[in-house]
Amino acid sequence: MSNIPENLKYSKDHEWVSVDGDVATIGITDYAQSSLGDVVYVDFPRAGDKFATHEAFGSVESVKAVSEIFTPVAGEVTEVNEGLNDAPESVNNEPYGEGWMVKVKMDNPGETDALMTSAEYEDYLSSQG
Amino acid sequence: MSITKVTQHPTQNEGLIFERSQTGRVGYRLPKLDVEAANIDEIIPAELRRGDGLADVPEVSEVDVIRHFTRISTWNYSIDLGMYPLGSCTMKYNSRLNEKVARIGGYTNLHPLAPEEESQGALELMYRLQEDLAEITGLPGVSLQPAAGAQGEMTGVMLIRALLDKRDGEASKDRRVMLIPESAHGTNPASAALAGFTVKAIRANEDGLTDMDHLRELCDQGGVAGLMLTNPNTVGIFETNIKEICETIHNAGGLVYMDGANMNALVGVARPGDMGVDVIHLNLHKTFSTPHGGGGPGCGPCCCTAELAEFLPVPRVEKTGERYHLNYELPNSIGRVKAFFGNFGMMIRALSYIYTHGAEGLREATETAVLNARYVAHELKDTYHMPFEADCMHEAVFSHKHQTAAGVHTLDIAKRLIDYGFHPPTIYFPLVVEGAMLIEPTESVGRADLDAFVDAMKHIDREARETPELVLGAPHSTRIGRLDEATAARRPVLRWRPDMESLGKSA
Ligand SMILES: Cc1ncc(COP(=O)(O)O)c(C=O)c1O
Repeated sequence: MSNIPENLKYSKDHEWVSVDGDVATIGITDYAQSSLGDVVYVDFPRAGDKFATHEAFGSVESVKAVSEIFTPVAGEVTEVNEGLNDAPESVNNEPYGEGWMVKVKMDNPGETDALMTSAEYEDYLSSQG
Repeated sequence: MSITKVTQHPTQNEGLIFERSQTGRVGYRLPKLDVEAANIDEIIPAELRRGDGLADVPEVSEVDVIRHFTRISTWNYSIDLGMYPLGSCTMKYNSRLNEKVARIGGYTNLHPLAPEEESQGALELMYRLQEDLAEITGLPGVSLQPAAGAQGEMTGVMLIRALLDKRDGEASKDRRVMLIPESAHGTNPASAALAGFTVKAIRANEDGLTDMDHLRELCDQGGVAGLMLTNPNTVGIFETNIKEICETIHNAGGLVYMDGANMNALVGVARPGDMGVDVIHLNLHKTFSTPHGGGGPGCGPCCCTAELAEFLPVPRVEKTGERYHLNYELPNSIGRVKAFFGNFGMMIRALSYIYTHGAEGLREATETAVLNARYVAHELKDTYHMPFEADCMHEAVFSHKHQTAAGVHTLDIAKRLIDYGFHPPTIYFPLVVEGAMLIEPTESVGRADLDAFVDAMKHIDREARETPELVLGAPHSTRIGRLDEATAARRPVLRWRPDMESLGKSA
């Protein structure tokens, strides 16, 4: 069963969001990393890039495939996790820790209310079969 | 990283050519100098010479070189060795006759810049191939220039862009959306992006076909320049609504591009031009049996309607009376996409394939390719999960869903197939099927080979339940066992260096 921390919000595209004021930290969930397989490269946006909700802001390359990652919230990228350039395996080993991907200054912090709670995400995963 | 050697046989454990090196060993004997020795410093200035005395270049004899490369050549798997069911790639047999024809001196000795009157034979070959591909696709404008499928795609969407620019003028810039099914090959969105389009993905329905409602919805949003569609699509199913799909796009003011990678399911039976397609690329290195793989030269001709033909790359091969010539004077052409005329050697082989089989033979090849895939699908459908119900065309997609409970995934099944003597199928493509295995037997295998393949797949399923370690640790019969693909991709080591041994230990 995949690990779904309670203090985070989740998107249908299997991203997690942790909120601190108007800054959202975004990564991919344990379920996402395990279905992708060994991650070998993460392609990021640049700090300062702006994205609308659901826009693709980068991609994750695993031994199986390249998958796009979508912003669950609109805003401006303030920081990306450069550490993943040297250690992309952090996405597999610590998806909710060292494996975080970007920090976004949200246009509308209220937007995270529309995301799923951990319980909702768990239901969503089981409904996906 | 440690590599487990499975066999002790010396030919299977050949080292690097660098490891064969012995100081002073050479593979030649020069005659005695019969002129005055020159001082090298006077002939080649010191700054233009490397100063290390060719350190680290292996010093080996001719027999060292021959044995080294012959040994490593036996580690290969190829279509000459056995079934190669790599879905979406059409790994069919490449006949020896093609090779013989391609070695005719008149072709091999011809310089690409030789004058037209001395190149009539080569031009005629290209012209005849163009005519045949036009007949096969039902699309009269043909360029043989693109060097691969992906380049054919880019050429095709550039033709679409050129037509829209001419037709709509300034307003063309508001028509920049290319619709592409989410199951498409990655080169499709890449080609569209390179030609200046933005991509919108079309969903598939439960049957693995284009979702017509979603297609209409996307067309209603406006700005549609065209559609890029693979047919049969990448899950091996024929898009039965193809005529309606083309009509919908045309009514929205766009054009239809077909990815012809899967033409092995259609040649001699159905023509994209008759379905409403405006432009297509073919992969001669798939459908028309020119060598494929290892990054060798490909050929991705682009075939289009008469309406699009004025935009095709120059030069175009044309015929006036009994003379063949190259036409560079096409003002609306998108220009060149490849040096000279494309990969001519592939054109020779493809025409040889077409003439070997003739119209009837090509149709039979198509029918056999589809029959073989359906046979595999039928034999394996109770063992491996099939995500779609429709009858497949030339390839069948399965998933690992029935085996994952035992901890066995697509990658493990693919690796275990190697032990049974088969090249693995395409895996994890198309992305829309989780744990996909895309199996394309082609027409080049008979019943006995298909049965052996089916048996192997059934054995692997049994092993997955009874002795999963056997599958998880595969392959066991090869020179080296399972490779660490993740580390290879994360920290690739692309060349040997003399200090490698020590580096390897510290890493
Ligand atoms: C469906 C599909 N489209 C396009 C291509 C690209 O062709 P090429 O590899 O010749 O560039 C491929 C190649 O495998 C393919 O399978």
